[in-house]
Amino acid sequence: MAADESFIAIRNLSKHFGSVKAVDDISFNIRRGEFFSLLGPSGCGKTTLLRILAGFEIPTKGDVLIDGQDMTTVPPHLRPTNMVFQSYAIFPHLDVKQNIAYGLRKTGISKEETERTVNEALEMIKLPGYGNRRADQLSGGQRQRIALARALVCKPKVLLLDEPLGALDKKLREEMQLELRQLQRSVGITFVFVTHDQEEALTMSDRIAVMSRGKVLQIETSSRLYEAPNCREVADFIGTMNFIDGSVAGSENGYAVIDAGPLGSLRAPNAERPFERNRRVTLAVRPEKLRIETAPPGDGTNSVAGKLGAQSYLGDRSHFYVEVPGMTKRIAVASQNATRNLDITDSGDRPVWVSWPVESGVLLPGE
Amino acid sequence: MVGAKRIDGLLAYGIIYLIFIYAPVLLIVLFSFNNGIYVAFPLKDFTFKWYSDMVHNTGLTKAVGVSLRIAGIVAVVSTVLGVLGAKAVTRYAMPGKAMVTFLIMLPLVIPAIVFGISLLTLIAKVFGIQPGTWSIVCGHVLICVPFSMAVMISRLQGFDKNLEEASLDLGETGWRTFWRVTVPLAMPGIVASFLLCFTTSFDEYQIAAFLSGNDATLPVYIYSQLRFPNRLPGTLALGSCILAISFVIVTFAEWMRRRGTNPDKGLGI
Ligand SMILES: Nc1ncnc2c1ncn2[C@@H]1O[C@H](COP(=O)(O)OP(=O)(O)OP(=O)(O)O)[C@@H](O)[C@H]1O
Ligand SMILES: [Mg+2]
Repeated sequence: MAADESFIAIRNLSKHFGSVKAVDDISFNIRRGEFFSLLGPSGCGKTTLLRILAGFEIPTKGDVLIDGQDMTTVPPHLRPTNMVFQSYAIFPHLDVKQNIAYGLRKTGISKEETERTVNEALEMIKLPGYGNRRADQLSGGQRQRIALARALVCKPKVLLLDEPLGALDKKLREEMQLELRQLQRSVGITFVFVTHDQEEALTMSDRIAVMSRGKVLQIETSSRLYEAPNCREVADFIGTMNFIDGSVAGSENGYAVIDAGPLGSLRAPNAERPFERNRRVTLAVRPEKLRIETAPPGDGTNSVAGKLGAQSYLGDRSHFYVEVPGMTKRIAVASQNATRNLDITDSGDRPVWVSWPVESGVLLPGE
Repeated sequence: MVGAKRIDGLLAYGIIYLIFIYAPVLLIVLFSFNNGIYVAFPLKDFTFKWYSDMVHNTGLTKAVGVSLRIAGIVAVVSTVLGVLGAKAVTRYAMPGKAMVTFLIMLPLVIPAIVFGISLLTLIAKVFGIQPGTWSIVCGHVLICVPFSMAVMISRLQGFDKNLEEASLDLGETGWRTFWRVTVPLAMPGIVASFLLCFTTSFDEYQIAAFLSGNDATLPVYIYSQLRFPNRLPGTLALGSCILAISFVIVTFAEWMRRRGTNPDKGLGI
């Protein structure tokens, strides 16, 4: 039995397909009982990493340990893992019962026991009475649940899910997100969940690994990933972010003073990973942390002057885009329409000030 | 109207085409019931004589037996090799895969006469063995495996490879997965391949002519009988029978293939 912290241990793992480094020297741990997500853009190596955990791909380099046992070269049928495929892979020549019971044959349990297990599983996925349906008589959501039940009756130590909700429509997907999360809590099995949908990852996961080009950029809880990204790529991938380039000019009251060129002097917290003087940095700040003002704000907050370029009204909130001299991209500002306001007019090139509390900024390494 | 004319032209073409293909075949059936040795109009009386002669012709029944046995063995061997070959080509990454596939499929375009001559030379001259049933089986397997491979490759490519992975993932070995998933899902292809190889072997002449030795297959036997004019109507009767049986088999194979097109509607096994 391994420590709960390193229930799944991935050590210097690489997988190359010819010249493509699908997984490139990755090391991290997954905790026991955790809902762990792999998030990243298409082609970043999520599926490859999952398939290495399942045993379908032999890594080019490195090791995988599950519950303290070296799994690197163990074939898939001997691993304590089960997988829910994106295509669900429901056997079309078998009915629902036979599909769910598929993995029970090798356990050698009796017919009655199998029958009971299958019925319990159908109960769990809220499809009692569907046992005799054939695969082509099921909807996408039902197939997804059956794939889940088929994997869970094998009592795996780890359940691997490759974009299991990708094929469902939006409403069903949100329902299944909740159900899946509840199910994971009740069975207590470690889930490794692949998705390229950041909202899905944020709502469901205990921790998320953000991947890009075969590398893991950051592993964090949802809120820390959103509020404290560790590099520009993560900040850009999760949600919307404004970036202001500059360099560290000094420090004042524990904050770094940033020389942002034409935008003047800005301040930002610099405690977590302190940057030295003269380092190139990027100051990142989320649109919803910004305020738009029609007069220059007082001291104590950061502010930059610009012109209101465009705005869009979305009912519960409005988005403003401010053109700032010296910046190539417009600054995005999101504000809640907390009070009823029928008087929003597009006033064109009005001069405005964008301001935010110093605490709301995040300093990232510059390019 | 130009449109109507064009359709009429197409229709005429279609009818002429069908006559061109099927008139000779239907003539065989017609004359097999004709009470006369010569295949010529006007027709004489209607008779079943040639059919009853056929049944009592021991040379012919023996040839039918030889052909059926060879076709059966060839169909089984070629289909087994085809399934295994197709599985290897579609599911495993191996060095030189394209080259191997090319070499397996090559016999499709090599004239059968080349196989006939080379196998005869090899068996009779190099090994000094009397050619016969087994040498024909070898020759036919060579030309049938590409057919079987072609059918099985398209069938195996037709279903999600995740299905086999799911079976491995659920704890079954590669071998059990082959029997529990691959074979049931490939069954329509297996049946189609079996029937295709069977009929290919059954009416193959060139290789059989070179390698038959004392075991004449049906096509070889029929050709040898054409020297005797009074045997001709008997072969017409035989031809009609084969035509009827082939029709049934091909229809069945096509039906199986269509059923198999949608993997979700397999065989219901
Ligand atoms: N069997 C393979 N042979 C060659 N290259 C492969 C193979 N499998 C994956 N790759 C390559 O490895 C890289 C990572 O692929 P992978 O499927 O892991 O990405 P992914 O993150 O799952 O993407 P998506 O979100 O599109 O599913 C891609 O560039 C892909 O082309
Ligand atoms: Mg993928």
